[in-house]
Amino acid sequence: MRRILLILSLLALAACGSTEGDADTTAGDAVTTTVGDGFPVTVGAANGDVTLEQAPQRIVSLAPTATEMLFAIGAGELVVAADEYSNYPEGAPTTDLSGFEPNVEAVADYDPDLVVVSDDLNDIVSALGAVDIPVIHLPAAADLGDAYTQIELLGTLTGNQDEATGLLATMRGEIDELSTSVPDRAEPLTYYHELDSSLFTVTSATFIGQIYGLAGLQNIADQAEGADTLYPQLSAEYIIESDPDLVFLADTKCCGESADTVAVRPGWDQLTAVTGHAVVALDDDIASRWGPRVVDFLEVVVEAVHRLEPGSS
Amino acid sequence: MELAHPIPEVRTTRAGPTLLVLVLIAVTVSALLGVLVGAVELSVGSVLAELADRVPGVDVDSGLSQRESAILWEIRVPRVVLAGLVGGMLAMSGAAFQGVFRNPLADPYLLGVAAGAGLGATLAIAYLPDQTGWPVSPLPLAAFAGAVLGVATTYVLGRSATRSRSTATLILAGVAVAAFLTATQTFIQQQNSDTFREVYAWILGALGTVGWQEVALILPYVVISGLALVLYRRLLDVMGVGDEEAESVGVRSGRVRLAVVAAATLGTAAAVAVSGLIGFVGIIVPHAIRLALGSSYRLILPLSLGFGAAFLILADLIARSVLAPAEIPIGVITAFFGAPFFLLVLSRARRM
Repeated sequence: MRRILLILSLLALAACGSTEGDADTTAGDAVTTTVGDGFPVTVGAANGDVTLEQAPQRIVSLAPTATEMLFAIGAGELVVAADEYSNYPEGAPTTDLSGFEPNVEAVADYDPDLVVVSDDLNDIVSALGAVDIPVIHLPAAADLGDAYTQIELLGTLTGNQDEATGLLATMRGEIDELSTSVPDRAEPLTYYHELDSSLFTVTSATFIGQIYGLAGLQNIADQAEGADTLYPQLSAEYIIESDPDLVFLADTKCCGESADTVAVRPGWDQLTAVTGHAVVALDDDIASRWGPRVVDFLEVVVEAVHRLEPGSS
Repeated sequence: MELAHPIPEVRTTRAGPTLLVLVLIAVTVSALLGVLVGAVELSVGSVLAELADRVPGVDVDSGLSQRESAILWEIRVPRVVLAGLVGGMLAMSGAAFQGVFRNPLADPYLLGVAAGAGLGATLAIAYLPDQTGWPVSPLPLAAFAGAVLGVATTYVLGRSATRSRSTATLILAGVAVAAFLTATQTFIQQQNSDTFREVYAWILGALGTVGWQEVALILPYVVISGLALVLYRRLLDVMGVGDEEAESVGVRSGRVRLAVVAAATLGTAAAVAVSGLIGFVGIIVPHAIRLALGSSYRLILPLSLGFGAAFLILADLIARSVLAPAEIPIGVITAFFGAPFFLLVLSRARRM
């Protein structure tokens, strides 16, 4: 509303003969030039080839995962604005920009020389193209390889290839260590991953399903009817009948679920996972992003598996 | 003596030029405001200079950077033009429907346009999600086809239900068809639960556009539909006294109704295809004009075009400014205007 009044008063001023003389922000020329380092670069992404003439100085991230990746590869200072859900790491410049209803003018107002998105909603990719702002579309990773590739791409685009390579080596090493620490079982442990209170879950074909697979776990949703979608909705009966060894709750932040709320659901108190205290409350964010914190996620899962070993408390 | 359908007031042509000027001013002012407001601050002077620069023969340096110029010409101006075309078309269709059904509460979505377009859009969103390989986005095409099929079904149903070509039958058929199509749409949404968000966003209406594609898509339909409706406006006045009275002066009311509905539906379907379901424009604008200037469609139809355009441009301006950078769906803004307007109309009608 303030903006409308401002514009109306400007209109009135103009009509009275005086002109509004403020010099507006200049085009997005970077003041500093990069020191050689392989620029210009071209990388391939979901929106085709993306070329940057020089290293970006002002990145706008509309994807929480991309924000995490950028900070993890040491490109955090280049991020001038992040979307409203980019809550990690602590120092991320969160704004009220939306990744779900992106507004091209609001993004352009930050004068970015690179925008990272994970969803092409509201035609944002073509809108940014129309105003000549380089944009890279990194959709949700289908598997770990995708996630690694995205980190590599961001490393190349920001000129931080070394940090990216180092991060990937660390991640690979930790993930390997975690998955080999899980002892083989004749009968794999089963699990149920809850996305929300209406019992939507994931199959093992999803990104997160594959991470669970690294911990040697089997998903009860794979056998369910309607599992031709990646995110089927299960019924309470099916879950109780399948009696998973582990229950992982990814709806703790959004929907307030916890081991206690699960235990009071009618019929659920008999579940092995409930009586054996194997209901694990996950951090919604860690469980839904495909960035460097996927290692943290695997750690939580493996820890839960270890707790179920005979002889452990 | 009270006539079954009161004879509409006829105005003299002397009011014409004044009204024309008024309409042009309304459209120009609202368009200018629409173009000036946005997240990126563009000074009034440079925007006017940039607009002037586009006039052939005029060469002015506006001082805008390339990016700002692109924001103006690729984001803001197409959006304002689209809002104007959609608003004008919906208002004109609303006026036409009000004339054809002799009811000031008729709106262009009456005969199943909305439900048909909604179903078409849902089908496109659910079963054609990957649109990158298509030269033209299938969503507007599907919505358009759905809208037209919805009205066609209503007409066939209405005609076959009874031999008389009364308007009541047609409207009831429209209600039945809309109910069926909406139920089908809901079913498809349930089967494809990940489409809910996108379908909902489409239904609430959105005028955000990049480039001039959507304007180009809708322009021919607005022109054709507009011309057809404007040619029929005197006949609408005649039909306003009643079907039998109109037949007695040689007007074939069934044919006229079909032609007007067809033209209005074509334009409405095109508007809905690019902008989703924006309600209340088709009711408020023609009715407000009627309250101010009398019931002659000779005036109401062309004026609806202009004032409808101005109305929607301003509504869109509000929708994208109030909660910036978030945008309120434009259907919500028009509804906020519509509900009090209805109360006003009803209270006035009760007093009369």
